[in-house]
Amino acid sequence: MIKTERLTRRYESITAVENVSFEVKPGEVLGFLGPNGAGKTTTMRMIAGFIAPSEGTASICGHDIEREPLAAKAALGYLPEGAPSYGEMSVRGFLGFIADLRGLEGAARRTRLERVIDRLALGSVAAQTIDTLSKGFRRRVGIAQAILHDPPVLVLDEPTDGLDPNQKHEVRALINEMAAEKTIVVSTHILEEVDAVCTRAIIIARGRIVADDTPQGLAARSRYHNAVTLRLERAEQMPAARAALTALPQVAGVEVDGQLPKLTALPRDGAPLLAEVNALAAREHIALQSLELEAGRLDEVFRSITA
Amino acid sequence: MHHVVTIMKRELAGYFATPVAYVFILIFLLLAAAFTFYLGGFYERGQADLAPFFNFHPWLYLFLIPAISMRLWAEERKSGAIELLLTQPVTLWQAVLGKFFAAWAFTALALALTFPIWITVNYLGSPDNGVIVAAYIGSLLMAGGFLAIGSCMSALTRNQVVAFILSVVVCFAFLLAGFPLVLDAFHAWAPQPLIDAIASLSFLTHFESISKGVLDLRDLVYFALTMAFFLIATAIVLDVRKSE
Repeated sequence: MIKTERLTRRYESITAVENVSFEVKPGEVLGFLGPNGAGKTTTMRMIAGFIAPSEGTASICGHDIEREPLAAKAALGYLPEGAPSYGEMSVRGFLGFIADLRGLEGAARRTRLERVIDRLALGSVAAQTIDTLSKGFRRRVGIAQAILHDPPVLVLDEPTDGLDPNQKHEVRALINEMAAEKTIVVSTHILEEVDAVCTRAIIIARGRIVADDTPQGLAARSRYHNAVTLRLERAEQMPAARAALTALPQVAGVEVDGQLPKLTALPRDGAPLLAEVNALAAREHIALQSLELEAGRLDEVFRSITA
Repeated sequence: MHHVVTIMKRELAGYFATPVAYVFILIFLLLAAAFTFYLGGFYERGQADLAPFFNFHPWLYLFLIPAISMRLWAEERKSGAIELLLTQPVTLWQAVLGKFFAAWAFTALALALTFPIWITVNYLGSPDNGVIVAAYIGSLLMAGGFLAIGSCMSALTRNQVVAFILSVVVCFAFLLAGFPLVLDAFHAWAPQPLIDAIASLSFLTHFESISKGVLDLRDLVYFALTMAFFLIATAIVLDVRKSE
């Protein structure tokens, strides 16, 4: 597990991270979200022991990163931002080097190397120099390096950055597969990732935690939580539908977005209104192509609390 | 120790993965030979010793050693690999030493490849081989001193060119510490004991006595302390600036 207490990092004039405290337990996948420059990477670097906190502590599996750095680092698999590696080495050579630093030997070393090369589909490029690889492959080499020693705790800084949709899917599947027994922290600014892999999300802005909740809980903070989106058969019914919806007492507002004949009715105080809208459509003879209940929009929550 | 060796092996392999190693060794051997035979007057002197060979080592190292050491940490910081390395279960010390020993071993290899000149002088006459061995040891120690300085300068910056120039300047100052070029800058204001202390830091003076075959403990301690000092400085600089 990972525990941080009042983690703070100051540079000469700015405070990059301030009083960040959280705890992640095995089985949890924590999404670490925030705009660029919010302090995500600085926080992860402090957890990984690359930079020292100005104040506060971080520990991995009970080992304080400053007092027992080697024990803490041994329990951690870390993918640094940008997935750096040694470009002049071959993929197999590089992973072998990491295996040596991780103290893997003999049969265990061979099995683990084969396992991660296979799991991240690096077999076809194993003999190739890392410099010659595409961005997607390099990112996967970085992930392979992080999980090589099968650590109980994983901290991955933007693991899917630069991957194509298929590769993203693969990496998310890998994270989900490992989620059951490991403690995982994933930083990202891709919100769909939160729904895809995270059991919990922390949003950080200007160095502080501004939200710490489940993805569902965060979505419930959205104005769109319990909103109903109607797609009309006939565009000419739009003005009538809009007027009728606005007139409903449970509706706080109506939005039209995009070019399609589509309306979104926002609920007052998040109260459910699907039944009312459905009844209204039948009463007013509004022909519907589809009717959709929204759980909430994460991007909108993200914007409203980080802006 | 295990990790120092692992890091050293990776680093050494890195030299040979690119043409850098081969170019360096080739240039080193060519220049060493050119200096010995043309500037040193190896044949004309009519003496069976390697003084004309070793006398130019300080000057050769002045430019060639920074060329090796400039990438030690600057490249690591630029590529971000330093973050990967230092978040593995290794200490900063193991990383500093591993990289330094790799560079030193590489220099030792280049130096060892000058053996034909030793064979030549033994073929032509009967030199004092004890003096030659001492001079090789002195040369290797001096290279270690230059490399430790270079390692520290490389840790200061992400830019290899800046690291190279800084290293040349600092190495030059150390080389000539006992000479007016450096001492005159201190004469006007510094007290005599300080000037004496600076003068005693000269690589040239310490190397000269070793290369004459005198393995004085003080000279050995001098080079060992220089290396220790600059490697500690490397670790301190890295600790402060690694993430910048």
